[in-house]
Formats: sequence, C-alpha cells, structure tokens
Amino acid sequence: MEIIFLTFILVLSVFLGFELISKVPATLHTPLMSGANAISGITLAGAFLAAGATNNEMASWLGGAAVAFATINVIGGYLVTDRMLGMFKSKRGK
Amino acid sequence: MGIEIYTNLAYIVAAALFIFGLKMLGSPATARRGNAFSSMAMLIAVVAGLIGSQAVSYEVIIVGMLIGALIGTLSARLVAMTSMPELVALFNGSGGASSLLVGWATLYYFEGDSVPTFTAATIVLAILIGGLTFTGSLIAYGKLSERINSAALVFSGQRVLNSALLLAIVACAYLFCMDPSATSVYLYALLGLALLLGVMAVIPIGGADMPVVISLLNSYSGIAACAAGFAVGNNILIVAGALVGASGIILTNIMCKAMNRSLANVLFSGFGAAKTAKAVEGEVKPISVEDAYYILEAASNVCFVPGYGMAVAQAQHVVKELGKILEANGCEVSYAIHPVAGRMPGHMNVLLAEADVPYEQLVEMDDINPRIENVDVAIVIGANDVVNPSAREDADSPIYGMPIINVDQARTVFVLKRSMASGFSGVDNPLFFGENTRMLFGDAKESISGVIGEFG
Repeated sequence: MEIIFLTFILVLSVFLGFELISKVPATLHTPLMSGANAISGITLAGAFLAAGATNNEMASWLGGAAVAFATINVIGGYLVTDRMLGMFKSKRGK
Repeated sequence: MGIEIYTNLAYIVAAALFIFGLKMLGSPATARRGNAFSSMAMLIAVVAGLIGSQAVSYEVIIVGMLIGALIGTLSARLVAMTSMPELVALFNGSGGASSLLVGWATLYYFEGDSVPTFTAATIVLAILIGGLTFTGSLIAYGKLSERINSAALVFSGQRVLNSALLLAIVACAYLFCMDPSATSVYLYALLGLALLLGVMAVIPIGGADMPVVISLLNSYSGIAACAAGFAVGNNILIVAGALVGASGIILTNIMCKAMNRSLANVLFSGFGAAKTAKAVEGEVKPISVEDAYYILEAASNVCFVPGYGMAVAQAQHVVKELGKILEANGCEVSYAIHPVAGRMPGHMNVLLAEADVPYEQLVEMDDINPRIENVDVAIVIGANDVVNPSAREDADSPIYGMPIINVDQARTVFVLKRSMASGFSGVDNPLFFGENTRMLFGDAKESISGVIGEFG
C-alpha cells in the first residue's frame, strides 16, 4: 500500500511541477534553475536517516558524505540564487 | 507513531512552501521572496527530517553539515558572476552524489533482513541517476570552465560502447534486485557503471549546447532525489524532487525549442564535431576603434547582441557604460538576448543585470527581429552561432533551422571578436563576410573601453 501511496504523491507532484513553472520570463531562467537546484538538496532530509540511525560504520560514513554533499547543494544553491536575484532587484528600485 | 506524525505534518508545511516558493520564482517582482520561502521550506524539512530520523549519533551529521555549509557558503559568495554556469553545475553534481550515497547507505538498514524488491529497485534508480548526475555535472563543469576541451568528443564505436554500457547496467540492476545486499558484487558494478554513464553521456555534447545539458542535469538531480525518497520512504523527498525534475524538463524543452532541435539530437548527435556546411569565402572588413566611434556617434538606434564571449571577456560592465554614453548621445539602446546565448539558460540576463542594465532595455529575439532593419548599428559581442545567417539560408549547415537574431539585416553590424576562429559549433559564419559587417578585432573589453575613450 505504501508504494501506491508514494507513487500517488509522485504523480501529483510532477503534474503540479509542470503547471507551476510553465511560463517563466527568460530573465529568470538562471535563478529559477539554481533555485530549483537548491531544492534538489532535499536529499539532506533523507541523508540523516542514513548517517545517524544505524551503528554500521560503513553506513554512517556514506551517510555523512551524503549529508555534506547535500548541504553544499542546499546552502550554496540558496545563497547564490539570492545573490543573483539581489542584482535583479536593485534595478527596479530606480 | 508520536514523533512521526509531527514530522509528516512539518513535511506538509514544507511542501506547501516549496510550491509557493517555486511559483513566486517565476515572476521578477516576487522571485527573491520566492527563494526565501523555498529556503524556509528547506529549513523546516531538514529540521523535521533530523528529529524524525531518531539518530543515535549526531557527530557524523554535524561534521557533514559543517563541511557542506562551509564549502557551499564560500563558493556561493566568492565565485564571479561570469563563472555561474560552472558553479551551478557543481552544485547539481553534489545533489546527485548525495542521492547516490543515500540510496547506497539505505542498504545497510536491512542488516540481515532481506531487502524488498521494490526498495532494491528504487535504490538502483537513486544510484544510477545520482551517479549519472554527479559525473555528468563534473564533466559539464570541466567543459564550462575550459579545464577540459569543450568541443564535442566523438569517436568511432561510441554508440556500440554506450549501448553495451546500458545493457550492462540493465543486467546488473536485474541481478542486484534478485538478491539485493550491501555486499553484492553487482552493487559495486552498478556504482561504477553509473559514474561511467555520466561521463559518456556528456562528453559528446559541445560547449554551445551546455544550456540544454545544465537544465537536463538539473532535472536529473531532482529525479535522483525522488528515487532516494522512494528508497527511504520519505514523501518530502518525492514531492520536492518531482518539482525540481519537472522544472528542469520545462527549461530543457525551452532551450531545445530555441535551437529548433530535439532533445535526442542534442544528446546524441555529437553536434559540432563534424563539419559539413560549405566553407564561406570572402573578405572580412576590419574596422578601427576610431572609425567605430564615428559610426556610433552618428547612430540613433544601437542594439547590443551579447554571447558567451562577453562573459569570457568580462565585458558586461563596459558594455553597459557604452550603452549609457550612447543614450546620453540621444541614441536608442537595446540589448537583444538569444535564449541560448551563453552557457546556461538566462546567462546573459544575469550578467547584464550584474552590470545594472535596466530591465526594459533587454529584448528577446522575437521582439527585435521584426524591427532589426531600423537598427543603425548592431554590436555583436562574442556571439557567433546565434547570429549566424547560415541557420536561415544554408540547408547543409548543422545549425540550419535554428532561430537566430537577424543582425545581418541591420544597417551596420560590428562584430567584436578575438580572431577569425569559428564558434563553438565549429561552423563558419557568413556574417563576418557580409557587405555591412565590420570586424573589430581584439579583446571585447578593451575594444569597447577604446570606443568609450573616444567618446570621452
């Protein structure tokens, strides 16, 4: 049953994703891409399970590396997107 | 139960915020707030995930987060705007690597117990797509930063090799799912093959097609997160991953349309490796900075057409300065941006925004082309394929059919170029030999500074 439930979520999310972002002005293509990229670091939430929840040494090494990689993706992605959008913003004030 | 309910409630809030955030990223007025919403969603999801994981040891988690936060912050703060495509590629790659590792580590969860086939299959997917994203992004990074040759690399037997690679992956995936365990030899084979697949997938793609590759890899990193979500049974990973996957595919599609090519053609054709178009003959007419000044001084409508060369020369600031001077001189100034100019979607927009070019002066290809005949001077700065008339006229040209900015129909065209080398696609450009074309050779930044100097 859980499989069906998760697949259900997946299908709805995909449709939602297509609807959300179908019309984006060219100016925002890069920020949209790097902003979405930051979201893909959500694996972080899954990496905790792997890193901390077992006593297996190999698993916690893999999990720790997963946490580090995902954090780079999340922190870097959001900061860089904000930096770019900040430049767009400064102009509209004029 | 207890804690799980709260984690899941938090995930629902996070999912809603992600959706709002992405929606707001689609409009210039709300984009920055949208990004803040989405980062808030991430914070909620991460905290909930941390609590919900009921971790027994936090040391590894804390060290991992510290290292990641340090690298992420430094690179986001320090990297120059012109290197943005490389950086986005690297961030993408680390997302992919993370999904691969999560998938792999999940196997250790089932110590002794047998792994359900469905979980095994999703682990395989997380490893495959994550690995492909990781090495694919690294190669893209290498090509974008010119650390490796950015031309398409095609060799004989490539297709056979790739087909063999795919077959091997399917076989290993099947054998692994039959008897999934953390020590399975097929697991290690899959890891290696996934990483190899990423390399093989990106090497035949040339530098000019990078906007497509980056947005596609972006999509993959979302799909990999999705697969990892299935492996660990976590719904926020699935929702967020699917949103990213969908947005990446939409961008990929926009990029492909802008080149009038199918995705399959971009990915598999080894575009630019083979030259088939007819060679262009004629004489180029160089122009001096001084003469360029006289023409610009008299012009009443000037249009800049930037390309990747502007990023390389870091010329966006002087371009904007020249634009301002021309405006003060009573001239109408616009910046025409081709959707695939540069190395990632929206690359030129970001650079011109950095230089503080007013938003209203940026025009898209479809807006400038109908009135290009009224443009006195079109200044092409480091763009090549996106202004190549062969795309319109020469049916044998590899870029035939791609919509271009028709600068050759402007009254005068200045082409700023280092030398006579052809563009990334390796295609000759008849524009350079046009009757109304003047070549301003040299570094774009220096040439423009020279013209500004004449005005001063």
